[in-house]
Amino acid sequence: MSFDHTPKPDELIDVCYDPPKTPWTKTPVDFRPGTWSYPGTPKSLTALGLANPRQWQPTDEDWKLPENWKEIILDGMKERIGKHRSFKLFMDLCVRCGACADKCHFYIGSGDPKNMPVVRAELLRSVYRRYFTQSGRMFGSLAGARDLTVDVLKEWFYYFFQCTECRRCSVFCPYGIDQAEITMLGRELLNLVGLNINWVTEPAANCFRTGNHLGIQPGGVKDMLEFLADDVEDRTGVRVAVPLNKKGAEILFVTPSGDYFADPGTYTCAGYLALFHEIGLDYTFSTYASEGGNFGLFTSHEMIKRLNAKIYAEAKRLGVKWILGGECGHMWRVVQQYMETMNGPTDFLEEPVSPITGTRFENAKSTKMVHISEFTADLIRNGKLKLDPSRNDHLRVTFHDSCNPARAMGLFEEPRYIINNVCNNFHEMAEDTIRENTFCCGGGAGLGNDENMEMRMRGGMPRAMAVKAVKEKYDVNRLACMCAIDRATLTSLMEYWVPGVEVMGVHELVANALIMKGENERTTDLRGEPLKREESK
Amino acid sequence: MNLLTSLIAVLILTLLALGVSSSAGLTYLLTVVIPYAAFAVFIVGFVYRIVQWAKAPVPFRIPTTCGQEKSLPWIKREALDNPSCLCGVIGRMALEVLLFRSLFRNTTVSMQQKRPIYDSAKWLWFFGLLFHWSLLIIVIRHLRFFIEPIAPWINGLSSVDGFFQSGIPTLYLSDAAVLAGLTFLFLRRVVSPRLRYISIFTDYFSLLLILGAVTTGLLMRHFFPVDLLQVKNLAMGWVTFSPVRAEGVGTLFYIHLCFVFTLMIWFPMSKLMHMGGVFLSPTRNLANNNRMKRHINPWNAPVKVHTYEEYEDDFRDKMKLAGLPVDKE
Ligand code: SF4
Ligand code: SF4
Repeated sequence: MSFDHTPKPDELIDVCYDPPKTPWTKTPVDFRPGTWSYPGTPKSLTALGLANPRQWQPTDEDWKLPENWKEIILDGMKERIGKHRSFKLFMDLCVRCGACADKCHFYIGSGDPKNMPVVRAELLRSVYRRYFTQSGRMFGSLAGARDLTVDVLKEWFYYFFQCTECRRCSVFCPYGIDQAEITMLGRELLNLVGLNINWVTEPAANCFRTGNHLGIQPGGVKDMLEFLADDVEDRTGVRVAVPLNKKGAEILFVTPSGDYFADPGTYTCAGYLALFHEIGLDYTFSTYASEGGNFGLFTSHEMIKRLNAKIYAEAKRLGVKWILGGECGHMWRVVQQYMETMNGPTDFLEEPVSPITGTRFENAKSTKMVHISEFTADLIRNGKLKLDPSRNDHLRVTFHDSCNPARAMGLFEEPRYIINNVCNNFHEMAEDTIRENTFCCGGGAGLGNDENMEMRMRGGMPRAMAVKAVKEKYDVNRLACMCAIDRATLTSLMEYWVPGVEVMGVHELVANALIMKGENERTTDLRGEPLKREESK
Repeated sequence: MNLLTSLIAVLILTLLALGVSSSAGLTYLLTVVIPYAAFAVFIVGFVYRIVQWAKAPVPFRIPTTCGQEKSLPWIKREALDNPSCLCGVIGRMALEVLLFRSLFRNTTVSMQQKRPIYDSAKWLWFFGLLFHWSLLIIVIRHLRFFIEPIAPWINGLSSVDGFFQSGIPTLYLSDAAVLAGLTFLFLRRVVSPRLRYISIFTDYFSLLLILGAVTTGLLMRHFFPVDLLQVKNLAMGWVTFSPVRAEGVGTLFYIHLCFVFTLMIWFPMSKLMHMGGVFLSPTRNLANNNRMKRHINPWNAPVKVHTYEEYEDDFRDKMKLAGLPVDKE
């Protein structure tokens, strides 16, 4: 990736929060380079059976919409109003108190008033009023209503793909109005007329066919994992197994493909391999369900279900007892809030019990999928791991709460418990920027592509500045997180705003500290970087 | 622009009320016919809106979690900000509705030395709470016009409310508070550029309507007293379905009535319905027990998936080549 076309950090930080003179209703969108994503290609749309596959660009005057696009959108709205209470309620309820306005990282980083969650919602709400409320029909703009035009549609496209569905706004809204929900439904509507972005549709199409976002075929998955096993052996001297598509294994392990395919996620994945080997876990990866992430979440509710179905189907086929899930953000949004509702019931699985500690994961007894940080925290708590935290002494770590585990689960203590047990230098960022207040990496929900770089850097600015503060104060050099998208997007973000800080997964830290049976004396961490005590010798 | 329109609308309303007070026929309309109409619109409209919302299904359990979830037994959880059972949800909703929990989190962002700084901004919470609570107390106090004999708890409330005796008649705390709250909310909308940018007609109009009702009420109480006996007669007439025309209650009273009735009619068709809607918000009123208890989506329908069999058909040779097991040879 390159920052050639992105303004320098010093310029980008000059954000002005004074609203412009013209009201937002009279400000057309400007498709400035660096602030939008390429549209979905006909190939991926066709592969998924999505509407209106064609070549087009947002900067084109003519978006080649279907003849009756307006009717399609309005019918789509009507259908969704009847299917989602959230949609109708969030359209009706807002009092424009402004509490959410300055909570969005895209607003904080850009100052664009249409990035205030309340205005982002009004983009859709104004159309809702015009066609679905009496007052809007009668009083028009006086009632805050406006006609649905191509310009409005363009605005939706620009701003619904400038929201990372992070739910931060929803924490502060007195009625819990969740712009992520509105964005999801807005994107669903856009998809009806063939408006979507390639960074979403291509991974989704790949995932549908090959089982993972990157389109890696079965042999490739195997090669990658074997390669990581080699890495583990190089660093530790211990050969770890890579069970794949193994029928009758006790546990199916599902993680985002970014973990085994892209640095620095690979080190996290190597961390899982080392950990599972050390505790003798009877588990298997799957090539069919080789993706935990779910870009359906950024497309439509239907697409979530289509992609997610593989996990339970594979668990059933392989005859496992329960499912363990790796470090990922939006994957866990789907697992926690959609999976079983969509693709349950799970009567072919058993209530998850840790085979090592005997702990019953009561909180996952129905969905039957356990988060790896819950699993590992339980191992540590029960003294099942031998750990040498000093092996992480060369790292000064801070932790980024990923949006979805934070605001759609409440998974805060487990990773912290683990980190505190495997490393000696852990420093939290400022309170306004962690836990439920956490700031997005700026590149979630399909926006983490190169063409959208300026907007990503803007959206990630609040997160980056919080890292910068702990870097200055505690000399932090590692940003730990539990999300595959984060590991990719935060890496660019750090490079741009806070050079010198690298990104890592929590299980990379775990494996660094893990004392394995039969291991060689460790001189490096999983990345091959020398340990601190080596330096001092 | 929106502000101006709402000011004009409220002005027209006042003039209308002035007109009414000078015509016997129209005062009859205002004090005998409209009360029932306004009340009916309010009740029917309110119920209608709630039913409309409640009828729409909740396909997914999507609470916004604002604290540690229930997980391993030794991990301390936040039962209210991230409830896992019904009692937790009730607690969370009570905090939200009675104390405006989410608004209490409010911060404000500013750029200082090339850094975003988040300052605590509890003013909105404070004045919002002040306004809503005092308005509620005032509405309850008004019950004394409609109930005979006056229930002791209403008197009790009034005497607590008027605890700080200052001036005659008693200056109620709630009166001062509601004015303070309203003024803050209104000024904030007008003065803050960001707020002005997002405000539409209904935002100003709703505030001005309430401000109108409150001001006329206060004026009658402290500066231009009305004959309370007449008012009570009128109100009792409404409740006993034998409405009478009020005599000698004054112009101010008519303006007051006019504002109140408009408010009642405006209520169900405006954003003021947040009063009812807040209880239905699926990001707040659902327990975060998703992995413990399956949530049922009433319209869950089958979708087109890529089955394992199809997958294996696509990749069988490659899987065999890689030494991966296959189901069909
Ligand atoms: S906080 Fe909620 S009610 Fe207030 S403006 Fe934002 S969405 Fe609307
Ligand atoms: S969900 Fe996140 S990105 Fe979207 S409007 Fe809310 S705060 Fe902004």
